[in-house]
Amino acid sequence: MIAGFKQRILEGKPLCIRGAGSKDFYGNPPQGEILDTRTHSGIVAYEPTELYVTAKCGTPIAEIEAALAAQGQFLAFEPPRFSPDSTVGGAVAAGLSGPRRVSAGALRDFVLGVKLLDGAARELTFGGQVMKNVAGYDVSRVIAGSLGTLGLITEVSLKVLPQPVADATLRFEMAQAVALDKLNRWAGRPLPIVASAWQNDVLTIRLAGARAAVEAAKLKVGVGETADGTCWDVLRNQTADFFKTETLWRLSVPSTAPELKLPGEQLIEWGGALRWLKSDAPAEMIRAAAAAVGGSATLYRASAELKAQVDAFAPLPAPLMALHQNLKAAFDPQGIFNPGRLYKEF
Amino acid sequence: MTTRSHSHERDQDFSDVDRAALLQALAAVLPAAALLADHEDLKPYECDGLSAYRRVPLAVALPEDEAQVVGVLKACHRLGVPVVARGAGTGLSGGALPNEHGVVLSLAKMKRILKLDPYSRTAVVQPGVRNLAISEAAAPHGLYYAPDPSSQLACTIGGNIAENSGGVHCLKYGLTVHNVLRVRGVTMAGEIVEFGSAALDSPGYDLLALLIGSEGLLAVVTEVTVKLVPKPEVARVIMASFDAVTKAGAAVADIIAAGIIPAGLEMMDKAATRAVEPFVKAGYDLNAEAILLAESDGTPEEVEEEIAAMRAVLEKSGASEIRVSTDDAERLRFWAGRKAAFPAVGSISPDYYCMDGTIPRKRLAEMLMAIAEMEKKYGLRCVNVFHAGDGNLHPLILYDANVPGQLERTEAFGAEILALTVQLGGTITGEHGVGFEKIGSMCVQFASDELAAFHRVKAAFDPQGLLNPDKAIPTLHRCAEFGRMHVHQGQLSHPELERF
Repeated sequence: MIAGFKQRILEGKPLCIRGAGSKDFYGNPPQGEILDTRTHSGIVAYEPTELYVTAKCGTPIAEIEAALAAQGQFLAFEPPRFSPDSTVGGAVAAGLSGPRRVSAGALRDFVLGVKLLDGAARELTFGGQVMKNVAGYDVSRVIAGSLGTLGLITEVSLKVLPQPVADATLRFEMAQAVALDKLNRWAGRPLPIVASAWQNDVLTIRLAGARAAVEAAKLKVGVGETADGTCWDVLRNQTADFFKTETLWRLSVPSTAPELKLPGEQLIEWGGALRWLKSDAPAEMIRAAAAAVGGSATLYRASAELKAQVDAFAPLPAPLMALHQNLKAAFDPQGIFNPGRLYKEF
Repeated sequence: MTTRSHSHERDQDFSDVDRAALLQALAAVLPAAALLADHEDLKPYECDGLSAYRRVPLAVALPEDEAQVVGVLKACHRLGVPVVARGAGTGLSGGALPNEHGVVLSLAKMKRILKLDPYSRTAVVQPGVRNLAISEAAAPHGLYYAPDPSSQLACTIGGNIAENSGGVHCLKYGLTVHNVLRVRGVTMAGEIVEFGSAALDSPGYDLLALLIGSEGLLAVVTEVTVKLVPKPEVARVIMASFDAVTKAGAAVADIIAAGIIPAGLEMMDKAATRAVEPFVKAGYDLNAEAILLAESDGTPEEVEEEIAAMRAVLEKSGASEIRVSTDDAERLRFWAGRKAAFPAVGSISPDYYCMDGTIPRKRLAEMLMAIAEMEKKYGLRCVNVFHAGDGNLHPLILYDANVPGQLERTEAFGAEILALTVQLGGTITGEHGVGFEKIGSMCVQFASDELAAFHRVKAAFDPQGLLNPDKAIPTLHRCAEFGRMHVHQGQLSHPELERF
């Protein structure tokens, strides 16, 4: 498989690295010939007591999660599964994390190591399988979320964790501003709130951890309606009606940012730090609102027409863009991998 | 001065730096009190926490604000002078060892906490703020900064960023990289760049993750936004004795297998407990071959549940004695020995050399037995303390620098331990960094393609290679001299040959 990948890279033509294609919508429109990673698939190593799993890039996330679940473990960053065959390589390249990100950490926090092919088809190994490793630059974490622009990820090692013993979901009727305030105040106390979602004046929170901790926390957060936890998978995989829209913005902001007065409907996750916005408002207005509170706005889902006009990601200051271009050139000087997918400059 | 281009083939030669021109340029951008150039003033900066290596720099700059940092970097960039950034100088790998033809850029005067916001659970601090000072400032709000390296009383957040520091609680609470939201820094060319933001995700490459742990080779940190987390209501620690290190190692895996992630999970061998007990009187079981310290924190209910679960696991794993701290004073006493291990060892031996590899947890016992063999081979004693929960080893090799040949034997002993960490599937450094000290061992862990990639990353930030030169990433030339000992797929080529 690797030999085939290398051959494609050495042909020197622009490539669109693709697993199941479930995230074709994400970033700027894909360009180049498709290189399908699904032929390179399978769990290479999984050691529950060492808390890591190593898998080839084309391995479905679902396959990894099934193997972990059999040992009572899970991927705590909850990568969204947009299709049953979404791959681990795609998940790492996109760097997206699910509802639990606010408490467990992001995908990049769980990347222990990667193997990749660079623009000259060299096989490079960064990081490893151990939890603490500061030898050399932490290239693996930079690969996370780089949208395949720095190299073809062939293998990844991820940290895994035991599933919490107890889990509870509570629901409260609450206006947005009140919910944001509650979430920030709760986050300053030692409560096992692992995820949250606010939509249409309803705040839903997830408690998880030791049985005693969850029971004690239920009393501390006040009387809410107990709900079943299936809503979290719906949120994670973005299968709810809210996400079935033509234009969807993803605003990453400080959790304490006040209610954003923007036209359109909002869904708020991560204790206030992630605000989804269904809106046809002009991109400049949305980007300015996010920047004004110290965050940024990504054009997450949009029509081909709109994506052709508006960059998917917020523009970078010149010195930072220069570092991006230099880093891209360090790994892929010919610009073979996913050209323009992250920024049109490279 | 001619412009040099950074090459990863050979170490750079800075011997043509013009001292007078440099001092004149620095005097133009710094107040008089912020520039040291007399030999006696420079002497205290000749080494960091790894005092075996010393070099006196040409000058020390002590900027008071970011504009002065920019001024120093621009001047040195223009003149082609190497710059080594320094915090408190507590590093253990010689990362802040000066270049004798360069400038030490001390961030010690930039030590203000600019903002501490309990509502957003963040603090904005200057690089010279001490790690513990952040937690002390946050304490009245029931918050703290989680990473707690043993040197937290003295070490600075800027240095923590450079090394991606951990501590005894990082199994549960993460390393520096997991607890920092944003870093503002200055590149060698004097450009100010913001990495990350006050939000959880930022657009573009995660350069914040690249900067953290980059050992001062990519940019100089001038401001940091850290996350603060709620202080757990209670914490208790179990102290378990084992009559064999293999049993203690297996118990660590058993705890993880039981679905428990303790707040801290540390191991000390008999040599370590015997060294520290007279020093701290922690009440350690001195007949045990190894002891484990396992901490649980959280709500009182949660801790009670977790302590009971861990006790059951440890009993089943064959612990010969189990004690649980009954109050905070006792808990701190159990920990005191672990935290004081380094100074305690300093009291029983004229010198010691601290190693820092990480290995898969399941190979702890194997490593310990190999170290015991090496003690005989090199004729030196070794005391072992571990962050067992994450497989991070700190063997302390005891030696006397005044005995001719002992330092060389110690270095060879250390290098053999590091080569073994790589063979066992681990890494040569878990949290102390490569610095100057372990640069040869990098040739064992990485092949030349990866090393060349690291040099290209460096050049993306600092094409002339002026920031902290000849540290962290060895030149290919140096590796060739070192003997090309890259361990391929866990096997040294020609394993039958003696290497050190």
